[in-house]
Amino acid sequence: MTDVTLTTARQRPFDPPDELAELRKRGPIHRMTYADGHRGWLVTGYAAARAVLADPRFSNRPEHMHPPIPARLELSNELREHEFRLPPGFFLRMDAPEHTRYRRLLTGQFTVRRMKQLESRIEEITEACLDRMEAAGRPVDLVEHFALPIPSLVICELLGVPYDERGRFQDDSKVLFALDSRAEDVVGAMTRISAYLYGLVQRKRAEPADDLLSGLVAGGELNDEELTGVAFLLLVAGHETTANMLGLGTYALLANPGQLAALRDDSGLVDNAVEELLRYLTIIHIGPVRTALEDVEIEGTLIGRGEAVTLSLPVANRDPERFPDPDRLDVTRPAGGHLTFGHGIHQCLGQQLARTEMRVGYPALLRRFPDLRLAVSPEEVPMRSDMSIYGVHRLPVTW
Amino acid sequence: MKIKADTTVCIGAGMCVLTAPEVFDQSEDDGTVVLLQPSPPADQEAAARRAVGLCPSGALSVVP
Ligand code: HEM
Ligand code: SF4
Repeated sequence: MTDVTLTTARQRPFDPPDELAELRKRGPIHRMTYADGHRGWLVTGYAAARAVLADPRFSNRPEHMHPPIPARLELSNELREHEFRLPPGFFLRMDAPEHTRYRRLLTGQFTVRRMKQLESRIEEITEACLDRMEAAGRPVDLVEHFALPIPSLVICELLGVPYDERGRFQDDSKVLFALDSRAEDVVGAMTRISAYLYGLVQRKRAEPADDLLSGLVAGGELNDEELTGVAFLLLVAGHETTANMLGLGTYALLANPGQLAALRDDSGLVDNAVEELLRYLTIIHIGPVRTALEDVEIEGTLIGRGEAVTLSLPVANRDPERFPDPDRLDVTRPAGGHLTFGHGIHQCLGQQLARTEMRVGYPALLRRFPDLRLAVSPEEVPMRSDMSIYGVHRLPVTW
Repeated sequence: MKIKADTTVCIGAGMCVLTAPEVFDQSEDDGTVVLLQPSPPADQEAAARRAVGLCPSGALSVVP
């Protein structure tokens, strides 16, 4: 059988590419050719994806990296040239126990309880965004007025980043996520965001405030380079992700009016609806990628030492063995256990924050605009197939 | 049924608290799991089992 490649081209806005869905029907693990010619694997089954992500014999360190898609080849070569130096403190790309040390310093700040305490502040931020959206008059772009500002304001406030300085990182952060960015532009964007955050760490040292970054500075466990790396990860991971869930999630509800009505009319459904939207939309659509540090057998397939494994989370989350009738959006199904936040030691640190933002955001939007609808035809909604986090570039709506 | 929690591998993802809030909590300091009820009452057993299955780090186990 010939090797497969990872495609990102979709036939329908909410469903993963048909080729990948077809692959899952053939089995959970497939030989895949990476953009640099490496022969590795693609995982499309739910149980196999979970097994890889939970297994410490798979590494997430950058020096093992092979680019899963052509658009990442140049960046991968560039990183290789720089001996894969990532910012110190960038714990997403570390293995245990190095990873554990950084993660431990942060988990206390992202507990379920802490996020519930933030809820009333997130409600205020959401209502203020909705006020501005209403005042702007219809039609408006929901991304600009709702989906992007809510998580940006929240993560800035939590971290202690002045929101009016967002110009210093928002455009650069787009460059990081655009698949067609040139490698030198990505490196440039990373350098500029790091320089800005390094300066911010210095400011927190001089003038501590009641925020996460000041707390970490005062804790004294991390040096300024590490603090910069941690702040980088939180800022970048914390504002584009939830933004895309709010934008794409709203579009999915508008495209499924029965589901929208169910959620609007029964506030008890919100927790479930959030999990189902996370599952159904699975916005991380390229990777995660891991590399076997030794030979590992996964569901009867031998993954050789040094071979890369790409997990297709959107396809794994549509595995009928785990989620019956998986291609249907059903806000009443028990959707817990999806892989949208990953699995294993890197499972999303910010997931309880993201859940709270969505639990507050969708119902507030539907309360304010019960007749919310698209202001353009569905074909005109620009989809983010060209970004490493899937979603909508813009969502013109009216009411 | 008895539950065991290994705080040295817990990554504080909070899935347990979300799934079975009467059985699990998270420490204020480092977010790692705190067992509120090592032997959950019958009406909590199913939720506790679900939490064990969802835990991403393998920190939780059911002791037979
Ligand atoms: C709906 C929104 C979000 C989604 C779908 C999402 C998804 C993910 C996924 C799949 C991973 C694991 C990556 C891997 O295993 O290689 C991850 C890790 C991470 N996420 Fe999120 N995320 C979201 C929101 C957030 C937010 C709001 C924050 C902000 C605080 C955040 C911070 C992080 C961090 C710091 C990591 C690295 C954790 C580690 O390596 O231990 N995420 N996220
Ligand atoms: S679900 Fe597992 S990793 Fe997450 S807090 Fe509970 S015990 Fe720790």
